Amino acid sequence: MSGVVEKMRASRKVLAEYNYEPAQIERGYAGKTLYINLSNKNIISKDVTQQMKDIFIGGKGFGLWYLWNAVKPDTKWNDPENEIIISPGPISGITQYPGSGKSLVVTLSPLTDSIMDSNVGGFFGPYFKFSGWDALEIQGKADKDVVVFIDGDNGRVTIEEVDLDPSASHLLSDQLTELMAESEQGRKNVSVVSSGSGAEHTRIGVLNFSFYDLRRKAARLKQAGRGGIGTVFRDKKLAALVVKFSGLSGKSNNPADPAKIARTGVKITREINKFDDTQFRMRQIGTANLMTPMNDYDLLPVHNFKYGSHKDAVGISSEVLRSRFTQKMPDGCWVGCALSCCKAVDDFVPKTGPFKGEKVIVDGPEYENAAGLGANCGIFDADYVIEANFYCDTYGIDTISTGTIIAFIMECYEKGIVNKKITGGLELNFGNAEAAMELIHQMGQGRGFGNIAGQGVRRLKKIFAEEYGGDPAFMQDIGMENKGLEYSQYQAKESLAQQGGYALTNKGPQHDEAWLIFMDMVNNQLPTFEKKAEALHYFPMFRTWFGLQGLCKLPWNDIIPESNATSESPEKIPEHVQNYVDIFNAVTGKSIDQDEMIRQSERVYNFQRVFNLRMGFGTRKHDAAPYRGLGPVTEEEYESRQERYDKQLKEDVGINPEGMSTAEKVAAMRSYRQGRYETLIDVVYKRRGWNENGVPKLEHLKELGIDFPEVVEVVKKHL
Amino acid sequence: MKIVGTNVNECTLCGACESTCSTFYYKEDNRQKSTIQVEELPDQRGAAISVCNQCGDCIAICPVLAIKKSQSGVVVLNKKLCIGCYNCVGVCPTGTMFWHEDLTEPFKCIACARCTKECPTEAIFMQEV
Repeated sequence: MSGVVEKMRASRKVLAEYNYEPAQIERGYAGKTLYINLSNKNIISKDVTQQMKDIFIGGKGFGLWYLWNAVKPDTKWNDPENEIIISPGPISGITQYPGSGKSLVVTLSPLTDSIMDSNVGGFFGPYFKFSGWDALEIQGKADKDVVVFIDGDNGRVTIEEVDLDPSASHLLSDQLTELMAESEQGRKNVSVVSSGSGAEHTRIGVLNFSFYDLRRKAARLKQAGRGGIGTVFRDKKLAALVVKFSGLSGKSNNPADPAKIARTGVKITREINKFDDTQFRMRQIGTANLMTPMNDYDLLPVHNFKYGSHKDAVGISSEVLRSRFTQKMPDGCWVGCALSCCKAVDDFVPKTGPFKGEKVIVDGPEYENAAGLGANCGIFDADYVIEANFYCDTYGIDTISTGTIIAFIMECYEKGIVNKKITGGLELNFGNAEAAMELIHQMGQGRGFGNIAGQGVRRLKKIFAEEYGGDPAFMQDIGMENKGLEYSQYQAKESLAQQGGYALTNKGPQHDEAWLIFMDMVNNQLPTFEKKAEALHYFPMFRTWFGLQGLCKLPWNDIIPESNATSESPEKIPEHVQNYVDIFNAVTGKSIDQDEMIRQSERVYNFQRVFNLRMGFGTRKHDAAPYRGLGPVTEEEYESRQERYDKQLKEDVGINPEGMSTAEKVAAMRSYRQGRYETLIDVVYKRRGWNENGVPKLEHLKELGIDFPEVVEVVKKHL
Repeated sequence: MKIVGTNVNECTLCGACESTCSTFYYKEDNRQKSTIQVEELPDQRGAAISVCNQCGDCIAICPVLAIKKSQSGVVVLNKKLCIGCYNCVGVCPTGTMFWHEDLTEPFKCIACARCTKECPTEAIFMQEV
């Protein structure tokens, strides 16, 4: 045992203890929720009701239900009654179907002040469920840093003080894994949830969920990245959650029909083996396979989403990143995932910061990291991207928000809104990797200008306007946030459907609800408003379903079955949709069909919309998009794609651009695009069963069976 | 090392190998639980014999390191470590990492030679490679 871990072990002080008989898993459910209050150190077991299973299913559904019951309309993210709920969902933990080990985390966000949810891999969710729990509710705040240990082998939960350093998540995850495991062989049975020092100093803290890598002999990390959940975690003085479960087998989820799961799993596993190398190469490159095609299609965000490609993007192309990944073998964040997308760079030696000169393992970079930290900031250097990725993870800050924040600051810097004096000497021009890295260290360590940057784009716009005289209207146009959450890394200017896919979301502009760019822009499969609205109904509902079950989205459409070639709706990947229906039924013993699948999601999705209303959000004004997300803000942007925009003015808008100044053309284009976006909102709301202000209609809620008195009470105030 | 060699031209599809294997390892005469499987090819093209050639492609794919080469070079699956994910089934180039709906873990030939002793025509035999 290492000296650090020995010291940690000797320092353990149990503040509260709860012993229990681990519940038997029945058809994907444990039937119990573990509630922990960090203020009074209360630990109790709650029953999961049949109504919860019928209406909310699990995962994000359970998280929303518990949060609804925990908070009041005026609860703030840092009030003790705010909760962090982690729930894996009924399918999570099966080993036969790829992408089935996810956890869903729900809380009130320090960025949006409303409801946040995040879908994360790693071993914690399945091990936690097999330790006897469908959900973990954490409420209250501790006085000092504490660790919660959940020993599923012996049925024991403790809240403990441990002498540890919570600032670097990659070290803490390894140390706590070693501490909790009884032997080196036992480390695979442990998973740690932790954050890092950056979560204490910013609003963009992540939770790192560990998975022990038997080949690397180290705990690796996957992130519940969006919306500052790690910031809430550290505000509660939680240093870590640690779970241990040693009995994992192919039967641990105790499904109703294991044979059907096996059949479906073997089918797609063979499919992946046959086609992945010639389709999306998730096993070779992971999501970084998108870098080159996104640049080629002018969809890669460059210079704070001004542009969609760059001549230097080859420096962080799919192939360059592939060449940096080590081990060159499939690598999954849950055992048994045949799509195995999570790559790593072993023995990376950072050139800066607290781990300068040491060898570290970097999880990633994935597409979002390379696009956000790299291209969007005008930095096309793979070494920088890998190092920035590593530090974001270990400081516990969100790579996506970090990329979009730094890109926004860089544009403000180049426009003279902020200068060297304000940034503490950082020359934050696009492309300045050294300055960007220093800013990440400042955000991670709570130093200098990093304390301001870590507040997120929404608050930066206010600070820059009030303190430095920045033009609020310009910053509103270029600050890529909606609802307070930073945009993820796709250039959506030429896809109206994706503009809605980003901004007509429950939690903010994250592409996990709908990714329609190719369908809309490249394949032109959504030519009318009605088709776009249908897509913006179906896909957010369909994709919400993954979050109810504890599933990853990637095995749905990052591998395409042969049957798709003759399918009537290839964009839905019908064979894979049916696979999901089959495995849900096989786990739970129910008999849903594809329509009921969407209904399951609609209930939870609409409940989340009403929850937003209850917290003072969730109406049409909150679905407004920054104009940078819809079209060219500046003359420079317009002129960079002049041919395209002139053609659109002529053909789509009916204006002859000849003789017009660029400023006039920008204004004409803006009027057209903003009008189009408002029309899109109208048709999408109608399709979703909402009124023109985005409020779910009572009859729709009744039809869905979620017209509970407390739900109706909230909605009535808005009708 | 020794593997089970095949000579499909000699195979009469009698099924003795399958019976021997499944009866020894799973205590039932069920060809779907045999680690060697024979089938008749369509259009009178004779027999196909599926049995592991011990290539080891499945070793690297196993997420829990449950598959290893033994000292004699035979690829063995440790069912105590196996978590039943079937990644090895998906990756097997010869389709000889088998699975069955009754069984949580997949199964494969470990070159025990029992089947070769029962084959009436020497369509299968132990072969040094």
